Amino acid sequence: MIQVVLPAHLRALARVNGDVSLAVEGPVTQRSVLDALEALYPVLRGAIRDHVTQKRRPFVRFFACEEDLSHESPDAPLPDRIASGEEPLFIVGAIAGG
Amino acid sequence: MSEVRVLVGTRKGAFVLTADGKRRRWQVSGPHFGGWEIYHVKGSRINPERLYASQSSGWFGQQIQRSDDGGKTWEPAGNKFTYDGLPGTHQWYDGTAHPWEFKRVWHLEPSLTEPDTVYAGVEDAALFRSTDGAQTWQELPGLRGHGSGPRWQPGAGGMCLHTILLDPRDPRRIFIAISAAGAFRTDDGGETWRAINQGLRSQYIPDPTAEVGHCVHRIAMHSSRPEVLFMQKHWDVMRSDNAGELWQEVSGNLPTDFGFTIDVHAHQPETIYVIPIKSDSEHYPPDGKLRVYRSRAGGNEWEALTKGLPQQDCYVNVLRDAMAIDSLEECGVYFGTTGGQVYGSADAGDSWAPIVRDLPAVLSVEVQTLQ
Repeated sequence: MIQVVLPAHLRALARVNGDVSLAVEGPVTQRSVLDALEALYPVLRGAIRDHVTQKRRPFVRFFACEEDLSHESPDAPLPDRIASGEEPLFIVGAIAGG
Repeated sequence: MSEVRVLVGTRKGAFVLTADGKRRRWQVSGPHFGGWEIYHVKGSRINPERLYASQSSGWFGQQIQRSDDGGKTWEPAGNKFTYDGLPGTHQWYDGTAHPWEFKRVWHLEPSLTEPDTVYAGVEDAALFRSTDGAQTWQELPGLRGHGSGPRWQPGAGGMCLHTILLDPRDPRRIFIAISAAGAFRTDDGGETWRAINQGLRSQYIPDPTAEVGHCVHRIAMHSSRPEVLFMQKHWDVMRSDNAGELWQEVSGNLPTDFGFTIDVHAHQPETIYVIPIKSDSEHYPPDGKLRVYRSRAGGNEWEALTKGLPQQDCYVNVLRDAMAIDSLEECGVYFGTTGGQVYGSADAGDSWAPIVRDLPAVLSVEVQTLQ
């Protein structure tokens, strides 16, 4: 199972406590993880990536294994430790606003 | 026993203020959606327990929330606002063509006749409608399709459609206003629109009497006389007696004719309220005195209402959607400030008292009169 850590506002929106566990079929990528996340929690559609373009919202970041993967292709494989569930994918609201 | 419910949208959440018909003791509920910007909360006149809230964030975009129990509990509704067809362009601040991009919902207006129909005014300016209780949204593209669309441009707060007035006598007639394009009217349920800006004069645009480009801040009407409109423009308070065909200035003796909000007494269609603001860069009350001005003559002759309001060192603003009026016999008037105060008057403005003092900056105030 893939582990995803959501920022507090999105946890409240989706009404989840703690981390989210997701079953992802096929290659584990940003896109496949977000597809699975939005399928489980439809309220998150449009909150992480644009409804139409599917582009990451500007102030949202994806961190994993101590790396910023925000600018990676959404179809690039995520690190093995994410795919195996050893480490979570962090979806982060960027520090912004002073 | 009558009850009033004041719905407050702030920079950091929504609040619901309730009181009985005496309006002396208030219960405060909230924050709902803490940390999110709540541009607007409004209830349905058909089913007052049905509320809609526009919840947005610079990080996580737009959400619409719906309550069917008067704000006790909320459920997320649809948040997909997709422009119909090719979005096209409008003018950007530098005069270049800029593609229409959805940013947020400024105003939600439940239908007066259809219980599951609600309209949304959005930035970049467009009008959307839902007929399934806000689950799905469709644009009424005739508005942006008005030939003037490419000449619309944003005001300082963005290019927002902030005012939606539904004609209680004719469900096919709707008035809307956009900063900074002006006012528009449809007589066919949103299929086609016409600019209704004749008589407006805006010295800050190249052609002061242009068809579009006016920074209209808000429009108000009395439900018994929907052909009479009152407008607070960037500068000038205006009125129209023919559904916007022609406007005339009624600023009269106001200390400044700049302001954002305007509203009409519940039972006296010629009694109107504004809150003058010093500008157009300061955006606080003149002389540090927070004063509501009331005209009992539909404009031109104004009296300052000050009892209970701070008359020194007050430098808050009152935004366009932040005043509302209940419909009790002695109607109540409410407004919220960027300093987080919500003031109420239970005697049509003669005297005021704060209901709450320390909310986040108030973006919108609506009130429901419940029997």
